[in-house]
Amino acid sequence: MSMFSNPFDSKRRLRSGCPCGQHRSAAEHDHALRLQAQEVPSSEDKRYENVVAGAVMRAMFPQDAARRAFLKSVGAATALAAISQFFPLQTATEVFAQGGPLEKKDLKVGFIPITCATPIIMAHPMGFYTKHGLNVEVIKTAGWAVIRDKTINKEYDAAHMLSPMPLAITLGAGANAQPYTAPAIENINGQAITLAIKHKDKRDPKSWKGFKFAVPFDYSMHNYLLRYYLAEHGLDPDTDVQIRAVPPPEMVANLRADNIDGFLGPDPMNQRAVYDNVGFIHVLSKEIWDGHPCCAFAASQEFVKSSPNTYAALLKSIIDATAFASKAENRKQIAEAIAPANYINQPVTVLEQILTGTYADGLGTVKRDAKRVDFDPFPYESFAVWILTQMKRWGQIKGEVKYADVAKQVFLATDTTKLMKEVGLTPPVSTTKSFSVMGKTFDPSKPEEYLKSFKISRA
Amino acid sequence: MRSLSLRAGIVSALILATFLIAWHIATSGTGAVQQMDPEYAKLMGQTATQGKSAMPGPLQVGATLWKHLTNPFYDNGPNDKGLGIQLAYSVGRVALGYLLAVIVAIPLGFLIGMSQLMSRALDPFIQVLKPISPLAWMPLALYTIKDSNYSAIFVIFICSVWPMLINTAFGVASVRKEWLNVARTLEVGAFKRAFTVILPAAAPTILTGMRISIGIAWLVIVAAEMLVGGTGIGYFVWNEWNNLSITNVINAILVIGIVGMILDQLLARAAKLVTYPE
Repeated sequence: MSMFSNPFDSKRRLRSGCPCGQHRSAAEHDHALRLQAQEVPSSEDKRYENVVAGAVMRAMFPQDAARRAFLKSVGAATALAAISQFFPLQTATEVFAQGGPLEKKDLKVGFIPITCATPIIMAHPMGFYTKHGLNVEVIKTAGWAVIRDKTINKEYDAAHMLSPMPLAITLGAGANAQPYTAPAIENINGQAITLAIKHKDKRDPKSWKGFKFAVPFDYSMHNYLLRYYLAEHGLDPDTDVQIRAVPPPEMVANLRADNIDGFLGPDPMNQRAVYDNVGFIHVLSKEIWDGHPCCAFAASQEFVKSSPNTYAALLKSIIDATAFASKAENRKQIAEAIAPANYINQPVTVLEQILTGTYADGLGTVKRDAKRVDFDPFPYESFAVWILTQMKRWGQIKGEVKYADVAKQVFLATDTTKLMKEVGLTPPVSTTKSFSVMGKTFDPSKPEEYLKSFKISRA
Repeated sequence: MRSLSLRAGIVSALILATFLIAWHIATSGTGAVQQMDPEYAKLMGQTATQGKSAMPGPLQVGATLWKHLTNPFYDNGPNDKGLGIQLAYSVGRVALGYLLAVIVAIPLGFLIGMSQLMSRALDPFIQVLKPISPLAWMPLALYTIKDSNYSAIFVIFICSVWPMLINTAFGVASVRKEWLNVARTLEVGAFKRAFTVILPAAAPTILTGMRISIGIAWLVIVAAEMLVGGTGIGYFVWNEWNNLSITNVINAILVIGIVGMILDQLLARAAKLVTYPE
């Protein structure tokens, strides 16, 4: 809290002794810190101003004694006025409030044109990036493998990824191991199982033997949720059906061409299949696991470390945008902002149905579910643990997995907590939470037991 | 002769007209329309509500084509640029990759054509590398070059290098022996011989190779850009496919065909300049 103490207090020392200079020993400092924790200057501006003024005073009076003598003789108010005359404290404070000097302002962020990327995309037309001083170009990308390679190649500074991808990249599954981070989840829910119209009477998954399904990527929530759903209904996803990775844009075309029987895919593809009369929505992913994470905002650990201020500003923009998107009343406006060809490139009607949750199901009924897709930036570490159990369950990773360690390393819940506070949001108290998938509770502290409880498994 | 080209033109026009009419008729019909309540209908596309064919008709395609042609250079941000800009990106990539290929293939072709030893030594490599689909290089290129734009250029390079290389080698090797012997009796140096005797003699074959190459390069760029995205006509096709906008995809197909034809004709003209009567 030393940063927030008053530099115009003549009794205070700015250097030597404990880290803040106010106490005789480090222990005393720590104790005072705990007591002081609640006494941080109330307004954000005041807080920043003190930090900046402190720095100026330190620069002007390298000798602490001289500063104190000066303050004693003229008084704090005069000193502040005097300094303000030749040093623009106000401007300096504003600069600091923007998160310190940005290492770079021009950034490139990659995205796949699906509604999961809504926060990343809308932050551009709706000005969330510029608000935090960044000039971000959002670049549409053709597929998950390409987005992975372009991020690894540093063509993108950060990117929209499926939430299991940073875990897989970090573990080196399907890519060369490289430490990756997922400091924010973009969306929760918002996927669905869509089947071809000709299967409209086969609503029982037990009758799906021999079906061909598409999922966007091997390392995706879609893959794990579909496998989970099938296995719960007694179908072995590896032998009873065929599951192939198909990029989202090709899903509807493949469904029309009868190449696949259905897909568990991201929106807008589900609604687009309905809109074009080629498929119907069997279940929303929300009905499998309400509140499941889907896509994430990911960056390499190297970027986080080499440009911490830029990274913080970028993450703040995303968190801000996500919070805006989570409000139901903003959804229509967002649908219009992200529909143009430069962004998602879909009819507004389709996007509106997805975002507002009032949608045609493809079988002649209008359904309403305001939480069909929702936005919540918080990367719960327990999400990562669940994903890791499923990776192991289906043989994507083998051997012993340090669930909690990997989860903590990749899903940066603590960073998000800090930044959520800074933009005025309330982060959750705990970085893990328990949830249930198809009625089965998951305890993040016992991943191995959870894994063993499945009948159909490759682990 | 004149009447022949006139008649051919008429037949071409007739074929086009028949095709357009057939297309129009095939797509104008409306399918069965299910009964649905108005609230539901509002949420559905025209295929479902009006039984409209998912394939656009020629009129629709023409209208969008007109829109693209009248405004080819708009720029609505990194993911939405006019057809003209996209084409410029694609042509630029092809030009770069192709030029690199020319720089490598022609000297190397000369070497192979002039030296029996090099010809034998390099043959196995060429035979193995030649049949590889250029797009199969893409993941490797992305991984090693670490830049998607250069990777696309590399793919163009690798696909256009082979026809030029082989044709150059063949052209150089099959220069008439008498001409070479004349050069030798006149004691012309190796370099001078290459430029004044062999190059003019082999030029028609070399240009045939270059013409084949440019065709292949143009075929490949579309696929490469669909894969890596970003900019270019291939990206445009992918982006519109993503939106299931068949109208725009057909437009792009038309434009790709026309640009390909122009590139081919340019090299055909160049080939005419260097042909000689024997």
